[in-house]
Amino acid sequence: MGQEAVVAATKQKLPSPPGTVRRLIIRLIIACIILGLLTWQAFAAVLPQDRSDAMYHSYQGGGMSIDGPSILLRKKIGNHVSVSANYYVDTISGASIDVLATASPYAEERTENSVGVDFLHNKTLMSLNYTTSSENDFEAESIHFGVSQDFFGDLTTLTLGYSKGNDEVGKTGDDSFLELAERQNYQFGITQVITKNMILGLSVENISDQGYLNNPYRSVRFLDASSARGYRFETEVYPNTRRSNAASVTANYYLPYRASVYGEAKVFSDSWGIQANTFKLGYIHTFGEDWIVELRARQYQQDKADFYQDLYSRSAEFNFRARDKEMSTFNNLSLGLSVTYEFQFSAANFFKKSTVNLDFDRVNFDYDDFRNVLAVETPVGEEPLYQFSANITRLYVSIFY
Amino acid sequence: MKAIKSKQLRLLAAIMILGLASGCSSTFEPWVKPYERDNLADPIMSMNRNPVSMSYTNHAYQAREGARGAEGGAGGGCGCN
Repeated sequence: MGQEAVVAATKQKLPSPPGTVRRLIIRLIIACIILGLLTWQAFAAVLPQDRSDAMYHSYQGGGMSIDGPSILLRKKIGNHVSVSANYYVDTISGASIDVLATASPYAEERTENSVGVDFLHNKTLMSLNYTTSSENDFEAESIHFGVSQDFFGDLTTLTLGYSKGNDEVGKTGDDSFLELAERQNYQFGITQVITKNMILGLSVENISDQGYLNNPYRSVRFLDASSARGYRFETEVYPNTRRSNAASVTANYYLPYRASVYGEAKVFSDSWGIQANTFKLGYIHTFGEDWIVELRARQYQQDKADFYQDLYSRSAEFNFRARDKEMSTFNNLSLGLSVTYEFQFSAANFFKKSTVNLDFDRVNFDYDDFRNVLAVETPVGEEPLYQFSANITRLYVSIFY
Repeated sequence: MKAIKSKQLRLLAAIMILGLASGCSSTFEPWVKPYERDNLADPIMSMNRNPVSMSYTNHAYQAREGARGAEGGAGGGCGCN
């Protein structure tokens, strides 16, 4: 009886329920897209190369001296996994203009440790990193997850990333001071092979912060006729949320001889009103098989945060107040040089290649609305605009195996 | 109704052919062939050939500038590590 009913129903031409064809089409389209993506995945990403780096870094400028080591170890385990570990130290001494204006010179140390694992699965590269940073008055930890995939005959590489970080902000001399902040980063990157000599890249990143985003040691100054200097300082107050977007475009071009040029343009804006752009140009030249020399220039310009002011007319003039020079309108220009020497211990050696590298950059900062309050002879608010230069040096050895 | 269905089916067939053709990307002919990627694979073409130095340099700028993020070097490039 049941069978007869089924046969009868099959023979009878029944109208399709409304929307059935449309649903079928949608399902088939989705199936086609998934099939297409799965087949594209046949093109492989690759694990990062095994290497170890030992670096000494130094930053000297604006009254500050920061230096220390950085060690990176990276090794494949089998054909699918690569692990890495990085140890990094900043030893900070001296006094920036902010410190000289309101406090005493100090010395402190920051230690950063990170471990990571890259996993090649079904020819998709996935990365996981965990980083901690520790200072006597600041603790931070963050986790990063990234996926990278090559498409279209390995001519296009898509990278997606997500990071989450948590900060604990303390204050030296005030044991009861403890504030928290958290951060989320969303990253999107794409690189495209244009010709056999040219690659273009696009990188976009959205970052959002929530919590205590001030520097607890920084202050704003406001006019006070009763004070000997004519002004006094009070604690900064930042909004407790911040959202920013940055996008950069890069291009690398291989020249007819073994040399290359590259360029980068980046735009940035955030919910605090800061707008910035960065331009970078570089030329890499080789001498024989062993020497690589790079020359580069970088220009950065930004407009101030909405709540930034060098001098307020009274205490607590606005709800949000900042006098961090990093929030002001300024520009900087860097000129840099890198020299790399490649060598092999011996042809039969375990190490495939080794390099000794020296990177040096000279940066000049010019501020448009951050005044040098150490110039005590000038009237309040008419001090010369601040400017300073810094030298950034990195000396490191890299071993590839 | 019949005309609509026929139109939809033609559209479906076209989409399926396109989908399958794109899915069969083993037939996709890259305009830069794997054996033409020597120059692209040279370390001097990488935005991130020295990750320790690059990471430090980005940190040094980021600590002194308001901008942050999109540090470039999205990774990859020619799959010819």
